[in-house]
Amino acid sequence: MAVLDRSLESSPAESSARVPVGSILHDWVVTADHKKLGLMYIASGLVFFLVAGVMASMMRIQLALPQNDFLGPNTFNRLMTMHGTTMVFFVGMPMFFGFANYVVPLQIGARDLAFPRLNAFGFWMFLFGGVLLYFSALGSEGLYGAGSTPDVGWFAYAPLTSRTFSRGNATDYWILGILLSSVGSTATAINLVTTVATMRCPGMTLGRMPLFVWILWVDAILVLFVLSPLTAAQVMLLFDRFLGAHFFDTQAGGSAVLWQHFFWFFGHPEVYVLILPAFAIASEVIPVFSRKPLFGYPIMVAATICIGMISMSVWVHHMFVVGLEPGANTFFAASTMAIAVPTGIKIFNWLGTMWGGRIRFRVPMLWCTAFLLEFVLAGLTGVILATVPIDWQLSDSYFVVAHFHFVLIGGLLFNIFAAIYYWFPKATGRMLDEGLGRKHFFWFVLGFNLTFLPMHVPGLLGMPRRIYTYMPGRGWDAWNLVVTIGVAVQAIGILYFLWNVISSLRDGEPAGDDPWDGWTLEWATTSPPPEYNFEEIPTVRSRRPLWDLKHPEDPDWRWE
Amino acid sequence: MNPGSPVHAIPDMFQPVSAPAEAIRQLWWLVGGISIGILLVVGGILWWCATHFRARPGEDREPPQVYGSNQIEFAWTIVPVLIVLVLFLATARTIYDVQAMVPPKDALEVTVVGHQWWWEIRYPGLGVVTANELHVPASVPGARRPTFLTLESADVIHSFWVPQLAGKTDVVPARRNRMWVEPTETGTFLGQCAEFCGTQHANMLLRVVVDSPADFAAWVEAQKRPAVADPRVAVGRAVFESTACVSCHTVAGTGADGTFGPDLTHLMSRATIASGAADNAPDRLRAWIVDPHAIKPGALMPAMKLPDDQVDAVTAYLSTLR
Repeated sequence: MAVLDRSLESSPAESSARVPVGSILHDWVVTADHKKLGLMYIASGLVFFLVAGVMASMMRIQLALPQNDFLGPNTFNRLMTMHGTTMVFFVGMPMFFGFANYVVPLQIGARDLAFPRLNAFGFWMFLFGGVLLYFSALGSEGLYGAGSTPDVGWFAYAPLTSRTFSRGNATDYWILGILLSSVGSTATAINLVTTVATMRCPGMTLGRMPLFVWILWVDAILVLFVLSPLTAAQVMLLFDRFLGAHFFDTQAGGSAVLWQHFFWFFGHPEVYVLILPAFAIASEVIPVFSRKPLFGYPIMVAATICIGMISMSVWVHHMFVVGLEPGANTFFAASTMAIAVPTGIKIFNWLGTMWGGRIRFRVPMLWCTAFLLEFVLAGLTGVILATVPIDWQLSDSYFVVAHFHFVLIGGLLFNIFAAIYYWFPKATGRMLDEGLGRKHFFWFVLGFNLTFLPMHVPGLLGMPRRIYTYMPGRGWDAWNLVVTIGVAVQAIGILYFLWNVISSLRDGEPAGDDPWDGWTLEWATTSPPPEYNFEEIPTVRSRRPLWDLKHPEDPDWRWE
Repeated sequence: MNPGSPVHAIPDMFQPVSAPAEAIRQLWWLVGGISIGILLVVGGILWWCATHFRARPGEDREPPQVYGSNQIEFAWTIVPVLIVLVLFLATARTIYDVQAMVPPKDALEVTVVGHQWWWEIRYPGLGVVTANELHVPASVPGARRPTFLTLESADVIHSFWVPQLAGKTDVVPARRNRMWVEPTETGTFLGQCAEFCGTQHANMLLRVVVDSPADFAAWVEAQKRPAVADPRVAVGRAVFESTACVSCHTVAGTGADGTFGPDLTHLMSRATIASGAADNAPDRLRAWIVDPHAIKPGALMPAMKLPDDQVDAVTAYLSTLR
């Protein structure tokens, strides 16, 4: 732990200026270092995020007015499909793997993941899966046409995906792009599960693992369970499309509902795969900025495991309008409502952590605080949708769109921003600018609420999702205009964020090793950490090894 | 048609006129009320934390380190469990109220077939076939008459949703779903396809016309008759019958018996064409025949490229199909 007091020796900007670009590039391409791969995951996730954000903005321009002519139906359907697919598979997933890659080995006092080369393999499979998906724009109709990205929606319901209704190869690119990246995700999940199981530093029992690690561990196990049904269904769909199989071919005895079961058995746990990292980040940031240990650690671990397990028994709540038996609908209403309990426990524990603390509202904590409120709202609209008869009205309406954007932006993205502000100093040795960070926070949160709060209303007034245009006079016009204006306000926030990252990378304030007065092991090494992470593998006696070090008179291990 | 019946332009689930939709609205107040309560409590605690426990400048001592409390954990586990239990029981009751409804003997049976991108509507007991505009009788005290829909699809998944009448039910190929409505008010209620079904999902609109029992009976009588044969539009009829129109469309009483597109026998009894994408006015009808894709890009009806005089003749002919 001697490295704790070592100050920053050289900034990354200075040292990289001396090395030729080609060599830096080569370094990044061949690397098997978990930190570089983590950063590449996060960076590619951000690039995909910007692309998918632009697509969303274009759709919002189209929907700002009834009967608008900005986009035609084909373009709109392609944008809608690519936006959803990209955000789930090429933004949400790499953010999880990126932060898991970067932070988990540091927090458990390891030098790398268990299988560094498998890690690199996983990243490149993910990235080229994404590239393949986008290559459809050129390649999907061969060379004679302009090409077409997939247009069947991100959950690609059969039989719209059959050869009869989806000609050309756009749907095949959708299948193969995701299939490839799933191979990468599976590899990385295996890697994370193994790493946490076997590579923890001396003294770090399961009961002393930071909750961040616990949650991501459960998450990686969840990925292993739930990606396989998707992969299986996609292979079956390929058989249908190329080998004349009839799994989902309703005109030859196949079943459209079968696809939905497969897809949502993946698709619903996937929501938790995406949101668990957000819980992990909040469980890290909220204690540090409240200056208190996480309230109810063992309960939080139990709640996480509960969520992981229950999440695999709720998938039919995406299918309440398919026409299943009342018994099935009742069961899945119960399981879906049940998952609100462990989630609620988490919210209360975070509030319990803040209660009685001395909260420092730096930018990461601002994001986590906003997350708490937005996520409660997301959870409540979730319970409303779990109420099956209400779902008969609201399923596939804009109310659902608003609900899951509250989950994935107010829940996930807010915490991703918190994590970026929190660990940027560790990864780069420089702080992100606090003032720009606050502007980013203000504009983005304002824009987010301006977009997605009003978006609930057209859903309640009967506006279905995935329509490229709508009739005037349905009571939807004003709401849609406000929603579109909200997107523009969010864009201001994103511009502040990009400006902040670029300018802070060049000349941000040096961070030092431990800018937040943190408690977990990543703050015990230099910023950025050396390739081997720790000169000497640390030994821990509690969940907060750096608290013990900083407060020898009152160490945690006396109380835990 | 009853010109007097009001069109409810906003498909608002909070203005139900039919039993299933009414049951859902009642459930909404319970769930919505509890949700707002929870939001206020949690939001209040968060506000309290943010204002009372923020670090004051110069205050750099660490606060008391509290690790947790089993009693508190128990309390905030059991309270949500109880709330969820209440919500679940209310949900289960409404599910069975709606889904387990058995059709009474005099219920009206209608088969709705979803097509890319229009609705075929059949009344098997009445021998009536129409499209895109569903007529049902109002259920009046003393003579309750719910309408039971059998939902089928000719191609991909669609979803039948008219919020003021009932929640939606998917229209799934190779599957027969059932739903029912029991409107108590006359008028026209709007809805549309709610499951993404391809290019023109957005323009697969639905109108449900709730008639008084007498009006409904009159409507059925009118729909059962074969198409009007008006000698003044014989030229248009000849063009219609000698082009590809007849391979997709039916006009009862003529040689046209295609089933791929909407039945046109009583086209003029409908308020819209192209599944609601345009008003049923002569100029719109003409524009549709000239090039459907100008109104509904991607629609499966091809532009027939008829010379102008033939388009005029066909439009005139179709305009007589009351």
